[in-house]
Amino acid sequence: MYKVVIGLEVHCEVKTKTKNFSNSINTYSTVPNEHVSTVDLGLPGILPVPNKEAVRKALKTAMALNCKNPDEVIFDRKNYFYPDLPKGYQITQVTKPCGIQGYLDIFVGEEEKRVYIHQLHLEEDTASLEHFANYSLIDYNRSGIPLMEIVTEPCISSADEAVSFLEALRNIFLYCGVSEARSDKGQMRCDVNISLMKEGDTKLGTKVEMKNINAFTSVRAAIEYEIKRQSEILDQGGTIKQETRRIDEDGKTYSMREKVDAIDYKYFIEPNIPPVKLTPEYLDEIRKEIPVLEFARIKKYQNDFGLSFYDATVLAKDRGIADYFEEVIQEGAEPIDAASWVMTVVLGTLNKLEIPLTELFITPKMLAGVLRLIRQDKISLNHGKKIIYQAIEEKKDPLVIIEENHIEQIKDDQLILQHVQKAIEENPEQVRQYIEEGKDYVKNFFVGKVMQATNRQADPKVTLELIIQELEKRKANEGK
Amino acid sequence: MDYQHQTIMDLRKQLDDGTCTSEELFQTALDLAKKYQESDNSFVTITPEFKQKKSQSLLNGIPYGLKDNFSTANILTTASSNILKDYIPPYDATVYKKLKQSGAVLVGKTTLDELAMGGTGTTAHTGVVRNPWDEQRLIGGSSAGSAACVARGIVPFAIGSDTGDSIRKPAAFGGIVGFKPTYGRISRYGLFAFASSLDHVGTLTRCVEDAAIVTDVLKGKDPLDMTSLENEDLNYYEHLHDDIKGRKLFYFKETCDLENYSAEDEEVIAVLTKFHELLDRLRKEGFEIEGISFGKDLLNAIYPSYMTISCAEATSNNANLTGIQFGPRGEGSSIEEIMFDARTKGFSELIKRRFILGSYILQKENQERLFLNAGRVRRLIVDRMNKLFETYDGLIMPASGGIAPKFGERSDELSERYLLLENHLALGNFGGFPSITLPMGFLHGMPLGINLTGRIKEDGVVLTMAQKIEDVAGYRGIVAGDQNV
Repeated sequence: MYKVVIGLEVHCEVKTKTKNFSNSINTYSTVPNEHVSTVDLGLPGILPVPNKEAVRKALKTAMALNCKNPDEVIFDRKNYFYPDLPKGYQITQVTKPCGIQGYLDIFVGEEEKRVYIHQLHLEEDTASLEHFANYSLIDYNRSGIPLMEIVTEPCISSADEAVSFLEALRNIFLYCGVSEARSDKGQMRCDVNISLMKEGDTKLGTKVEMKNINAFTSVRAAIEYEIKRQSEILDQGGTIKQETRRIDEDGKTYSMREKVDAIDYKYFIEPNIPPVKLTPEYLDEIRKEIPVLEFARIKKYQNDFGLSFYDATVLAKDRGIADYFEEVIQEGAEPIDAASWVMTVVLGTLNKLEIPLTELFITPKMLAGVLRLIRQDKISLNHGKKIIYQAIEEKKDPLVIIEENHIEQIKDDQLILQHVQKAIEENPEQVRQYIEEGKDYVKNFFVGKVMQATNRQADPKVTLELIIQELEKRKANEGK
Repeated sequence: MDYQHQTIMDLRKQLDDGTCTSEELFQTALDLAKKYQESDNSFVTITPEFKQKKSQSLLNGIPYGLKDNFSTANILTTASSNILKDYIPPYDATVYKKLKQSGAVLVGKTTLDELAMGGTGTTAHTGVVRNPWDEQRLIGGSSAGSAACVARGIVPFAIGSDTGDSIRKPAAFGGIVGFKPTYGRISRYGLFAFASSLDHVGTLTRCVEDAAIVTDVLKGKDPLDMTSLENEDLNYYEHLHDDIKGRKLFYFKETCDLENYSAEDEEVIAVLTKFHELLDRLRKEGFEIEGISFGKDLLNAIYPSYMTISCAEATSNNANLTGIQFGPRGEGSSIEEIMFDARTKGFSELIKRRFILGSYILQKENQERLFLNAGRVRRLIVDRMNKLFETYDGLIMPASGGIAPKFGERSDELSERYLLLENHLALGNFGGFPSITLPMGFLHGMPLGINLTGRIKEDGVVLTMAQKIEDVAGYRGIVAGDQNV
């Protein structure tokens, strides 16, 4: 058995109106070279102008990852030649990244784990290349799109942990509204560094790097395959080569190139972007925009609301749902009711009707109102569910639906008694069967009659009690 | 007065009172450009079509030359390099846009040292630029064509760029005025970058007044250049004749005191003699001028620090020239080979040498010792200058230790003192200080320049003092071939 040491480098495109250093629109497009400017092409004479929104979002994400922010924003140049890098250098952050020395608490299954963040920096994406048999094409749409890179410390020890971290990280991006983080659009990509060491060893093993993995399932597959591959080599007394590998569709990894020496990127401070000081006021303003995040909410839902881990996780997964759920409670609903109704009824209905949460008609207040009526036994559970469905579908206040259809349960004993007595008087044969033949089930017949007469609004429990009371009264009178 | 001697305001008057039209001026300039192209080689491209957008600017209808490292949409822009010999940019530099809006009329794109690197005007892919005062001599660079076409009288002004002395040195060798305002005063957007932290845009004219007029048009905050300065209300042209009484100037004793030289430094002594004669006359006009010791070590460090920083930045800035996005596509079986081939064929030896130096300077193992130390030296020098600027309004120096050299005679095997006197102008780039060169006399029939460098952002003060120096020196508006004494 070996100890597995994994570090991740996650790239995530930042959602902004324009690119990181130009005025081109920052959007995903399948039409090549549609959103391209002179700056994105690296033409002679161009100058970069940083996007304030991108910087702000990178700082915000760094805060959400408990990082320290720098005293000023500066950028550096990373120099290397590659056809997807039009300027021959990438503008990135080395000297003062937007965040350093942070951490993210995550759940791996139900276990808590702290993943340490080495740094978060803001840079620009490269163009994308498409290779054909004897030529390649360059699409500059992606060139210059703001990109955050989050580098973890080598503190992850399994595929499970890695994937849990990536999911938690994506959740941070979504909660903070900094990115759509869609793997299928290449908006979130991951490099995995993995090495194995013998139990008890203090020196890290030789590192293998796997670059540009989009899907989390592929991250899992790649790690699991590498653990197996490297273990087998080490078991046989072999040594691991320092190299870069890629994962193929078959779930196996293949060597791309061996790393002899690390590339010298000749970093230096970008001279065209003067440093901009970050004031405490500005940073506080950003900090205030960060919502309570998933991890804290899961704990709160368990500890304060008494929810199961599973329920807490489902509710906290999406910020919109979590906020809705919490507002239902604020409107006076019992947390247990709010949880089960939001998870099953509300989300179930939205799913079935294919309505996004953002277009949900019933407000937390409306839902809390219906839940209150159920608690007060004024409407039945079944009725409640139907009303919610109808309210969502017809975009109508559920309380209005209840009122218009006189759905509130008849709890008035005298009123129900009148109906019971009438039913008994009108059906002497059934009364006889109950008294003389002892046919107990006849009482259900009377419940049905009363329900029919009251348009199913009579409280079934009260109705049954009154029927038994009246029938027994007649039985006693018979015996006299 | 003939066209060649006229300043912007002379031409302005004629245009305004209807004595001539802007088309006629353009045609005259065009004819002169063609006439002297073979001897001077000032232009990479002469733009034969009259294009003008009328405006109320003083530059409306005035012909000019633009250094061929400013991006001009649909007009060939080569930076005098083979790797860009067919490059037609799709966008306009901010400077060019402003000149178009002001109604100035482009006559041609001027020759430079390849990629603005080099100070001789001899490394353009289209051949050497010759000094209009003597075709056996170079004019200096890198803004060689811009200096030559103004010295020749083809246009009253031209635009240049200055990273070490690329406007001010050729201006001195051409007997004209070269002005590099404060770093950020004029937008660099669209100027092909050489060394971004040192690159300046500036003007070449035949009088201080024209430098002020053109700078007034070009200056201003540009949202496309983050390093550009906020707009200021001051109009330089209107303040040219403000009083300079009591303005204090200094010069470096190490390089300007005659006793530091021996008899064999004949030319330097002649230059310095003229320099000190002029200083005496300036003192009579109200300037207070004294020599100070700057520190030999710091002076010695200017040139190596400049080379270290500029080569490093240049390596990175020109990494876009790979023949992939634009330019001649190289040959080869891999992408590395293709880029390698394009760059091998596209650059001259001098450029390749500077890129290799720059790359070496930036390497991880050398960066601290070379690049970062050069930056620290730069800071020391700028701090020392700023300290002196607490007492003085400007640094006054000979622009060079001699007249324009003959082709081939210029070498680095000159005396140490001479080198110092040749290379102090980069001070202005280190600190981004406004700095102007103007004619102070002649030696062997060739013009000599004097340089004035002032406090950061005080472009107006520098121009006002320069106006006074021009009045005293008396070489306003000279053109190659004029009587020279």
